[in-house]
Parts: sequence; structure tokens; C-alpha cells
Amino acid sequence: MTLIDLGLAVLALSFALGIVRAVRGPSVADRAIAADLCLYAIVGAIALLTLRTTYREFLDVILIATLLGFLATISLGALVGRRDS
Amino acid sequence: MILDLIGAVLIGLGIFLVLLAGIGLLRFPDVFIRSSATTKAAGLGIALVLAGTACAIGTGEAAVKMGIAIVLQFIGAPVSGHVIARAAYRAGTPLWDRTTVDDLQGFVERPHELEAR
Repeated sequence: MTLIDLGLAVLALSFALGIVRAVRGPSVADRAIAADLCLYAIVGAIALLTLRTTYREFLDVILIATLLGFLATISLGALVGRRDS
Repeated sequence: MILDLIGAVLIGLGIFLVLLAGIGLLRFPDVFIRSSATTKAAGLGIALVLAGTACAIGTGEAAVKMGIAIVLQFIGAPVSGHVIARAAYRAGTPLWDRTTVDDLQGFVERPHELEAR
């Protein structure tokens, strides 16, 4: 088990914590924030997979995921403002 | 070789920060404090992981792409956290019962707390 595998396991744990909050979280804003954290964990996992495999094209996936995650969170903010709880 | 070491340290620190953000998201009492955990800890953590990845790969292409991603991350994470928190405040999400300072009070309309629950 290498250090990269350990890092992937820790990111998976963090993703699971985000999922727990997204299921439990009382308001829509809680779920939006939890989805944000899950996206961060996925981006980190893709970065580690880039190191572990030889597919350097994953770097483009990280760029696009970062940009789209920002847009997705902004549109979720509009949804939260319209109705809550 | 030295770049590999720097990359490993940066990635380890960043992953630790993301784990801290996950724990904070689970344990903190209300939306606004949880938003602080995700926005700051996870945003900085992911930026560190990306910087460490660029160091460990060590090519110019990786450095440019990860540099752009880090800049986007530093612009995007605080703005999106602020948008979510402000929308939650406007929608009347209740504050933690031990919160003492409410800087937006009187500046942003919100429904009464007990009605929103």
C-alpha cells in the first residue's frame, strides 16, 4: 500500500462524511455545501489518479471539473434563495 | 527528486485539510459555520493537492494547467461559499442558538426565524 493509496482512502472518507451531511442536513443550503465538499474530494482523487496512472489527460478533467463546480454551486445558490427547508 | 518530496508534502497537507473540512462539515452546528469549514479548509486543501501534483509530475504542461486550476479554485471557492451562505440567510435558515453577532441584521431581508423552521 503506497502513500497515494492512503491519500485516496482519506479522500474517500472525506467524501463519505460529505454524503452523510447531504443525507442528514436539515436545509437545502447544507446539501449544497456538502455537494461542494464531495466535488472537492473527487477533484483531489482525480489528481492522485493522475499520479498513479500514466494518463496525463486527467489534468484537463481537473480543469473542467473546477470550472463547472464553481458554476454548479452558483446555480445551487439561486435555487437555495428561492425556497428553503 | 526534491520535487517529488515537495509534492508529497504538499499533497499530504492538502488531503489532511480536506479531511478536516469533512469532519467540520459533519460536526459544526449551523449552515454558516459549516460553510466556513468547506470554503476555507477544503478550498485551500484542494489547491495544495493540485500544486503538489504539478510538482510531482514536473512538466511545464502540468504546471500551467494546475496553475490555472489553482487560480480558478481560489476565485471560485470563497465566492460560491459566500453565495450559498447569503442565499441561506435570505431564505431564513435559523442561526445557531449561541450565535451572538449577526452582521447582516437589518441589511438583508429575511423571514422571521420561527416561521422559517
